[in-house]
Amino acid sequence: MVLTVGSAIVALEAKEIVYGAIGLAGSLFGVAALFFLLDAPYVAVFQIAVYIGAVAVLILFTVMLVREEKWAKEAPATSATKIAGIVTGLAITIALVVAALDTNLDQYTTISNSATFVDIGQLISTGDAPILLVLALVLAASVVGALTLSRADREEPK
Amino acid sequence: MNSLSDFVIVSAMLFGIGVYGLVTKRNALRLLFAVEIMINAANLNFIAFGQYLPFEGSAQTALPNAFGQTFVLFSIALAAAEAAVILAIVVVAYRLHRDVDVSELKSLEG
Repeated sequence: MVLTVGSAIVALEAKEIVYGAIGLAGSLFGVAALFFLLDAPYVAVFQIAVYIGAVAVLILFTVMLVREEKWAKEAPATSATKIAGIVTGLAITIALVVAALDTNLDQYTTISNSATFVDIGQLISTGDAPILLVLALVLAASVVGALTLSRADREEPK
Repeated sequence: MNSLSDFVIVSAMLFGIGVYGLVTKRNALRLLFAVEIMINAANLNFIAFGQYLPFEGSAQTALPNAFGQTFVLFSIALAAAEAAVILAIVVVAYRLHRDVDVSELKSLEG
């Protein structure tokens, strides 16, 4: 929990953006650990594989690809913006926490028969199969779009 | 660290940090970090509630409570696609403007 929240703050506040990317990876890893605590090992492994394995590496490569001293150490935000951000974030956090504590959430305990791989697989391959297909199309389209975007101006006349 | 409200509180803190980042930062990559943190806060909520709250009619369907986890699987895949597109846009913006400060990208401003 401390790892998750602390790394999230590091991700946004680190001076060098490379350290910020590493902090983001740490935060995602902390969320994966919380998934393990919640008895959802399949989603936790999925999270590690996709986020730490793909997204964090992708972000690190982009950071190094477009790296430049000018914005690697970005200009600090004005103090008014910073105060506004802190106030907004704190207000939303406090509101959500108060709302959560005001309910009787703690009367519920973990369900004894938690979902297994088989349940998730059955759900994905039967009821949610259309979602899976659409999601595959979206993923393919977004990857193709990303590739097109990154090489678009290479074909323009010099 | 075992009751449902603990996970909800952690999720709320992550979401607040994400909102703070979205308000404060101007670097496009930092904005992406903030959005990813907020997505993870939402995913954590889905898993926590799916694990604690009983699903109506789960006895009949013989599918205990896999709905939250399934939803999060789809959500993670969507977030990965979104990150890929945003990073491509960042690379293009950097190539065009030599900058990723979002307050400087004004060519689309009306």
